[in-house]
Amino acid sequence: MRIIRSIDIPSGSSLACLYREHKIEYPKFFKMDTLCKLGFLATELLLEGDSDRFVPREDRAVLMFSRNGCLANDINYEKTMGDYPSPSLFVYTLPNIITGEIAIRNKYKGETSAFLLEEYDEERIRSIVEEAFQDTVTTSAIVGWIDCRSESDWTCKAFLVEK
Amino acid sequence: MNKRVACIGYGALTPVGNTPAECYKAADEGRSALTLHTGTFGCANPFVASLFEDRSAIADDYTFFDSLIIRAASQAIESAGIDPASGRVAFVLSTIKGNIEFIGKQDISLPASAARMARYFNNPNPAIVVSNACISGLAALVQGRRTMLTGKYDYVVVVGAEVQSHFIVSGFQSLKALSERPCKPFDAGRDGLNLGEAAAAIVLGNSAYGWELADGAIRNDANHISGPSRSGEGSYNALRYILREAEIDDISFINPHGTATIYNDEMEAIAIDRAGLANVPLFGLKGCFGHTMGAAGILESIISMMACDNKTILPTKGFENLGVSVPVQVSAAKRSCTGLSFVKLLSGFGGVNGALLFKKGGQA
Repeated sequence: MRIIRSIDIPSGSSLACLYREHKIEYPKFFKMDTLCKLGFLATELLLEGDSDRFVPREDRAVLMFSRNGCLANDINYEKTMGDYPSPSLFVYTLPNIITGEIAIRNKYKGETSAFLLEEYDEERIRSIVEEAFQDTVTTSAIVGWIDCRSESDWTCKAFLVEK
Repeated sequence: MNKRVACIGYGALTPVGNTPAECYKAADEGRSALTLHTGTFGCANPFVASLFEDRSAIADDYTFFDSLIIRAASQAIESAGIDPASGRVAFVLSTIKGNIEFIGKQDISLPASAARMARYFNNPNPAIVVSNACISGLAALVQGRRTMLTGKYDYVVVVGAEVQSHFIVSGFQSLKALSERPCKPFDAGRDGLNLGEAAAAIVLGNSAYGWELADGAIRNDANHISGPSRSGEGSYNALRYILREAEIDDISFINPHGTATIYNDEMEAIAIDRAGLANVPLFGLKGCFGHTMGAAGILESIISMMACDNKTILPTKGFENLGVSVPVQVSAAKRSCTGLSFVKLLSGFGGVNGALLFKKGGQA
């Protein structure tokens, strides 16, 4: 496995500014929770300028890692559930929705998985990604450690890797 | 890479049974604990679900969820006869919401539950959590198989569980995904799913005997975050991958997701047909256990292995009249089968789909 490109989105950055700076046109972005916004933007930045984007493909996996998963958004949903539970917040209360948003945007029909670890563990992440390449269809992957501790405090590292 | 990954130990707890054998018996007899709950968990609207009555913990500092995963893992570890404290044993936990009922009150992160479980068994390795929506249990088995194939571990204990709560029930109600009656998988009158609670565990090891976890695949629809593809794209692609070298005539049955939502069952029927499996018998278990979320992939795989061992296609509780556009072979009543392999399917939010291929080996 080799890392082709990597990207880091500093904690607390304005994600709307980043979206505009990179001239992205994808209105659904504004409906996403912070975790999905981070995964979406990190992937956009990683792939910016690639000529073969948006061509359906099954050979690229999306593998996301974190400690807290979607807990930051779980708190938003929890505030609504007593009176008027919000379906649009509830759909983001799953740690793997970030992988689905990236797959939809990029037309990736390959493997998508979300893993949670007690702490950032590069060796562990590397071995899980290498194991994912046992699937003979998978030849590259978008990999991220995107840990959203709150809507303004996160670690967001993402990589494009090849088998 | 050519080592045979086998299932060597099992554990299961559901509201209809405290062991895999008791859970199987309930499915075989068409029994369920799906009942109407009014006011449970403080939910404003009534709902039908399969919930545990005894919600006791193993000790004061463990939640009910953490107790369930430990109880299921203990059964599987004991039946496999392995030492869970060995550094050659790894743990994989499958769950979607874990301890969510305690949101805002304590550390409810999923890896914290996995770590408590590993500590309980004095296991030194960092336990990982696979949380891939409704396919989590299947994805955890795929992960466990991959880890076994690296040769770094002798055994992987794959544990899945889900406990229901106001959080989950109100969310599914807000999506209008729940039926107000016991669910009817693949039936013309189906109108939604029922939630369920369960914990289940499988110990994977290298063995020439017993059930082989022969292959597994995960594929995304790349279509919608909360609805399945109308063409069954991801489920079909996952099926196509696991069946690339398989003999379709050897497949005893398919155990699909079969949640009893309009769209899921229709999508699965299309995917099964596209994969050339429309004539293979299939049965669903949600009418017995409800949708047990993080436990489903593991629990339903165990029940399917036992069914195949008994040369039995189990009844699809709640099913009467086929209500999907493709004539798939849904079994309404128990009947006999031949064959030495079966396929397990699951699909979930985030557009994710999974397929597993199990093959029977010699007698241990």
